[in-house]
Amino acid sequence: MTTSTTSPAKKVSVAQPPVSPLERFRVPAAFLAGAVLLLGIAPLVLSDFRLNLLAKYLCYAIVAVGVSLAWGRGGLLVLGQGVFFGLGGYAMAMHLKLADAADTGQALPDFMQLYGTSDALPWWWKPFANPAFALAMTVVLPMAVAALLGFLVFRRRVKGAYFAILSQALAAALSIWLIGQQATTGGTNGLTDIQGFFGYSLNDPVNQRMVYLIIVVVLLLLMAAARQLFVSRYGELLVAVRDCEERVRFLGYNPANVKLIAYVVAAGMAGLAGALFVPAVGIISPALIGIVPSIGFVIGAAVGGRASLVGAVLGAIAVAWAQSTLSDAFPAAWTYAQGLLFIVAVGFLPGGLASLPTVVRNRRTTTARSGEAA
Amino acid sequence: MTVILNQSFTGISIGAVLLLIALGLTLTFGQMGVINMAHGEFIMAGAYTTYVLQKSISSAGVSLLVALPVAFLVAGAMGALLEWLLIRRLYTRPLDTLLVTWGVSLMLQQLARDVFGAPNVQTHAPDLLTGNISLGGGITLANNRLFILGLALLCVLGLTLILRLTPLGRRVRAVVQNRDLAEVSGIATERVDRTTFFIGSGLAGVAGVALTLVGPIGPTMGTNYIVDAFLVVVVGGIGQLKGSVITAFVLGVLQSVLEYSTTVSVAKVAVLVAIVAFLQWRPQGLYTLRTRSLA
Amino acid sequence: MSGLSISRRGLLAGVSAIGASAALSACGAKTGSDTSSGSGATADTSGSTVKVGLLNSLSGTMAISEVTVHNALLLAVKEINAAGGVLGKKLKPISQDGASDWPTFAEKAEALIKNDEVVATFGCWTSASRKAVKPVFERYKSLLFYPVQYEGLEQSPYIFYIGATTNQQIVPALDYLKKQGLTKLYLVGSDYVFPRTANKIIKAYAKANGMEVLGEDYAPLGSTEFSTITNKVKDSGADAVFNTLNGDSNVAFFKEYKSAGLTAKKMPVLSVSIAEEEVKSIGTQYLQDQLTAWNYYQTTPGAANETFVKAYQAAYGAGKPTSDPMEAAYISVYLWKAMVEKAGSFDVAKVRAAADGIVLDAPEGKVTVDGATQHVYKTARIGKVGSDGLITEVWNSGKPVKPDPYLKGYSWASGL
Repeated sequence: MTTSTTSPAKKVSVAQPPVSPLERFRVPAAFLAGAVLLLGIAPLVLSDFRLNLLAKYLCYAIVAVGVSLAWGRGGLLVLGQGVFFGLGGYAMAMHLKLADAADTGQALPDFMQLYGTSDALPWWWKPFANPAFALAMTVVLPMAVAALLGFLVFRRRVKGAYFAILSQALAAALSIWLIGQQATTGGTNGLTDIQGFFGYSLNDPVNQRMVYLIIVVVLLLLMAAARQLFVSRYGELLVAVRDCEERVRFLGYNPANVKLIAYVVAAGMAGLAGALFVPAVGIISPALIGIVPSIGFVIGAAVGGRASLVGAVLGAIAVAWAQSTLSDAFPAAWTYAQGLLFIVAVGFLPGGLASLPTVVRNRRTTTARSGEAA
Repeated sequence: MTVILNQSFTGISIGAVLLLIALGLTLTFGQMGVINMAHGEFIMAGAYTTYVLQKSISSAGVSLLVALPVAFLVAGAMGALLEWLLIRRLYTRPLDTLLVTWGVSLMLQQLARDVFGAPNVQTHAPDLLTGNISLGGGITLANNRLFILGLALLCVLGLTLILRLTPLGRRVRAVVQNRDLAEVSGIATERVDRTTFFIGSGLAGVAGVALTLVGPIGPTMGTNYIVDAFLVVVVGGIGQLKGSVITAFVLGVLQSVLEYSTTVSVAKVAVLVAIVAFLQWRPQGLYTLRTRSLA
Repeated sequence: MSGLSISRRGLLAGVSAIGASAALSACGAKTGSDTSSGSGATADTSGSTVKVGLLNSLSGTMAISEVTVHNALLLAVKEINAAGGVLGKKLKPISQDGASDWPTFAEKAEALIKNDEVVATFGCWTSASRKAVKPVFERYKSLLFYPVQYEGLEQSPYIFYIGATTNQQIVPALDYLKKQGLTKLYLVGSDYVFPRTANKIIKAYAKANGMEVLGEDYAPLGSTEFSTITNKVKDSGADAVFNTLNGDSNVAFFKEYKSAGLTAKKMPVLSVSIAEEEVKSIGTQYLQDQLTAWNYYQTTPGAANETFVKAYQAAYGAGKPTSDPMEAAYISVYLWKAMVEKAGSFDVAKVRAAADGIVLDAPEGKVTVDGATQHVYKTARIGKVGSDGLITEVWNSGKPVKPDPYLKGYSWASGL
């Protein structure tokens, strides 16, 4: 990498270092190290409880992969990821609730028997009894909604702030709707008390580990896919759209389509994350969909570094971890710390913590130079 | 007929609340393009100002009238401070401003919790404002709603006059239309920005005082209003006061009519969907100002 | 570039192989098989202290209410420790913040049981948070004491319901209204499980008792715009409003109600979620003479309550009100202590077996644990808000009402 001798010319090269043989294997090596850590070491050293928590954080990390793509690379501030997370989660939970009910010989999931208005399963629940359909829907449903919304919005060149506020409004609308349909969606309670996962009991710690491993594998696969997308021609185009949409349009591309792909892929990832969240945590509820959680999904990525895949993923895990550990000990102080974290990370370190080494290096360069000048 | 008239007044009064909470945003968001998520907390600051003043001024009516200018100054000062500390560094990054001010809003909420306690606090409304005027035939107008309506219209009038007639207004409009050109013409754009932000945030404080008459006063009260306020400005179109005024009343009436015939949830969802659909038709809102692109 | 992608592809294959093999090697119990193989609670009772879990929202929107319950729980633990503890062991309270978020509640419940190895947990407020933690307590066979009135229709073997179920609050409230001749009702509630279930019960009761429900409206939780609902209420010509709104919404609703010219005289509102703390934040200007239904008020007579109010205000400030959920939380710790002492053990199965018939002279009056339903016998009390912000009782059920969470003893409720 760069040496300690610095000059203005070197500063530019920091951003795009020439690919050395060592550099070429840096990414796969880091990837491998991450895989070994998550698949091999974590299950050995962590208790069932901690591993389960990690599984939950990794679900947030999967959302962050999509956020990194859409926001970090595409410049789309996706403030409605809760919608897609929720759609994926509900699709999965609906199937698992139906499977649980079938296991115990009931026609209806438990909450419908208590709070429902009719003895028949609503028609739109019926297809979710089929595992393949439900699994497909965890991804298809969020992607379809994203495609529809994105098509409408990007075509009319609604962008920036408008897009962000619209996403928030959509998240609010879905969560209000779900709460209002208590007889068929469980209302504010959401879908809870999920016992089984495709025939395996979730009460068994061994199966919980299986869920964890599935989540890790999905995360790693999606990270690899996202990285492939980043370095592809499409990835370059996406960054170009982010940086100057007009110029890309003059070059003959349709920026709306470029953005649409990133948005839809990110939605699919959020849906998958929501689907995996259900067996890991055992609940999906409107509380995971509204405006606040939607901002939460973005914050992790912002803190870690939105444009850096690893940064976004680690940021999402770190913020979720800090939230659950620090909020007990210092509920008030944690709220301040959280606010401050957003302000510092987004306001003063737009590249997130992932950019910290670069920033420090540049700062050192600058101070060294200004020292020379003085 | 009675129902229709009563509901229209209800719609207008909902619209008046919407207008009042969105009015400050028409300046900070509409004119300057800053997405300030802490706007709701400036509303909260205004409400708490009323609460604090009422501890020293026992007459509810007097304290309310005193609270209006004081809340304007308190919230305005908070806004100006926020602009100076953070927002001016982020003018080129509107979306990041959203997240940064979200962090500010979290901290302000916690601050309110630490200072005033987590539970809601109560203010005493003047008796004059808790009653209603009966127009006969079952039609009644609630006094607090009339007060809010009057206050909102007064603020709109004042704001229009400032923007149209004063040198400050001219400078604000110049900066909105073309910042660079304004700057080379000798306008101290930074100072104009701060003044605009001061007024916009101050209006949030005024809204907060009025809201003590109809809603809860607590650390999270701002979050109840913030998204609605932004939607009003987005639909109204940036840079145009009249867009926001019309939108606030149209959304208010729409909400009240739908709510009467269906349920609150359905009405809320329907209004949100209607807004998304409307923006398909007019992506830049009801009225647009020829200006540099927002993002 | 090509070298890079080849190496990555190889890597991917490797990783998926690891993942797949790991997943295959880890096939646990199937659903429907005996899940009692799942590890039970491993409460640590070896030392000179035992840990008890306190699970409340200390942050977020519910903190307003739940912090007071948390305070009441801490007070009870402190008093019990000062009196020598339980079975000679001091209690060490472990507080976890549910942060007003249901999945967080589930996570924290698991943390209390698995990491802190608590002997029992006290807390939760909303039905949603209780539903979220229920499977956790059932999986680990650990005990939760739930202190808030709720919608009934639940009976988990690992939860003790110390707050009122519907036949100890909603049904007596309806009896009272009927007795007062207020037979035409309008139902206003927040949009979640408790109001919807309560209103279902109210409608069934009304049908069987010659009462009339003229309208039913729900506002999203946290909603603060009630002008339309108030118009509907006003136009309906109802005798009284049955209010199941929660939190902030109550403030907006009562302000609107008064400005529409509606008063407690013209059309009284009977609320089931407004306690002393809420009265303080809404203001007697709007609430005076309106009705509430609970099992306890700060003004409830009796030596036990005087001691409780005095102790609470000494610990948390002279002006602090006490309320029904706080009292239920406070006695829940004492009830658990009595169960443990009767069982002579902290063992969950033995504690459950010992629960039936435990009697406590509580601030709210005599309460008795019903072992079959794991609820308690409670006296229903209707109160009226006074100008001083306190609620005074205007009617009570005379004796503690037997808990009936599924309303099996009421013929009109059979269709629910």
